[in-house]
Amino acid sequence: MDLGFYLLQLLTGLAYASTLFLLAVGLSLIFGAMGIVNFAHGSFYMLGAYLLYAFSRGQAEGFWTGLILVLAAALVIGALVERLFIRPIYRRPEEYQILLTYALLLILEDLVRFLFGAGYRSLPTPPAFSSPLFLLGTPFPSYYLFLVGLAGLSALLLWAFLYRTRLGAWVRAATQDREMLEALGINVPLLYTGVFAMGIALAALGGAALLPLQAATPGMAVDAVIQAFIVVVIGGLGSVWGALLGAVLIGLLQAFGILFLPEMAMVFPFALMALVLLLRPWGLLGRPPAVRT
Amino acid sequence: MSLRLEGLSAGYGGIPVLHGVDLEVGEGEVVALLGRNGAGKTTLIKAVMGLVRVYAGQVVYWGQELTPLPSYRRAQLGLGYVPDDRRIFPELTVRENLLIAHRPGPWSLEKVYRMLPRLQEIEHRRGGLLSGGEQQMLTIARTLMTNPKLLLLDEPTEGLAPLIVEEIARLVLELKREGMPVLLAEQNLRFTGRVADRAYVLETGEVRLSGTMDELLHKEEVAALLSL
Repeated sequence: MDLGFYLLQLLTGLAYASTLFLLAVGLSLIFGAMGIVNFAHGSFYMLGAYLLYAFSRGQAEGFWTGLILVLAAALVIGALVERLFIRPIYRRPEEYQILLTYALLLILEDLVRFLFGAGYRSLPTPPAFSSPLFLLGTPFPSYYLFLVGLAGLSALLLWAFLYRTRLGAWVRAATQDREMLEALGINVPLLYTGVFAMGIALAALGGAALLPLQAATPGMAVDAVIQAFIVVVIGGLGSVWGALLGAVLIGLLQAFGILFLPEMAMVFPFALMALVLLLRPWGLLGRPPAVRT
Repeated sequence: MSLRLEGLSAGYGGIPVLHGVDLEVGEGEVVALLGRNGAGKTTLIKAVMGLVRVYAGQVVYWGQELTPLPSYRRAQLGLGYVPDDRRIFPELTVRENLLIAHRPGPWSLEKVYRMLPRLQEIEHRRGGLLSGGEQQMLTIARTLMTNPKLLLLDEPTEGLAPLIVEEIARLVLELKREGMPVLLAEQNLRFTGRVADRAYVLETGEVRLSGTMDELLHKEEVAALLSL
């Protein structure tokens, strides 16, 4: 095995990490800003994949328009779900969120089964990425590079939004003291709708971007939400950088775990999560629970 | 009349803390709420801001009934709330704490910094790292950034050193000179005597006494009600 091979494995891990990041960062953001644990988050990832399939009619040529339509549709769906289902339960005990978002997960899975059937739905690699890129004589699938770029760009835009805009500062303030922010005249309910829609759109983008690599099935939602929770638990629930770090760690662990200990590859992410929970229960980049003064 | 409460009953979880309170704040007037801990001062201010349940009565602000409005609408109409527990956003810098609250009007970052120069010196520090006095300054400044038309100050001098209390007195008097109506909850009689025109004395959620500060400061009942 030469260097090129390891590089390919590295890229594979990062490509997987990219979709994981898009999936997990929304979960983290929604929890951080709104205090909602969204068990249905993986279902919107799944929905993103199916919507891309529908919008592109399964044709690789429809990829770009499809991707933009997925983003737009997910923003609308996210906003509607927050308004109709999530908003009534903010003031309720946490069990309500778990029951409600779990119900959404079941409903979306059945909805997808009803609309698209239980079989696999896939999309060929878009034409722009049909030929590989050669590095050190090794062919690299250029779509992997696209995924890494997409996630990197999303992370950068998200950072700029949160730390360089007033709206972003409101989102950060909402994670710290919602009631006070509202008492300063900020329409927090509307802000929440926006944050939820954004988190859902990111997840849908992640799921859609995975479609050319991995076929969509109704069962992918549950897998996705488990992976997303592992990522945010490792990185720190509520932290954008934590989601990025967690996604990269899990992506690389998977890619290289399969190489060296294939029979254990499934276990590594859980083992890492358990280790983090033991040593740093608030996650690698999360903040320890503060004592309120 | 900038603010008028009529028969206001309010509280938490179905249990009223205030019982039929009537109160008025005139234009440009600084009105104090006096009373011991638990008398209902904070609940009254929160009820005006829409942060506790109102069970009966009305909150009328410049002729508009506020009771059905959420707190952000009240703030947008010009109610400026300064909570007693300060509630600075700890992860945001001083500057960010100020900028997120800003709405158009005479108050700007420059004006706030001119009035409280200390805040400019520490503008890049995180809110959570400030001293108690700095936090209190920032809380008031943050509310001024919303360009309020009426200020609700909940125990602004609580737990602060005399020097800081003096600076807050100076600030409130300056606001008064500019014609800002203020409803002030306080236990510090000396401070209140300096800044307020009139006061209401609360006990167990009811108004026991009211009058001008000069009248009240000479009444023995006031001292008894505040258990001084």
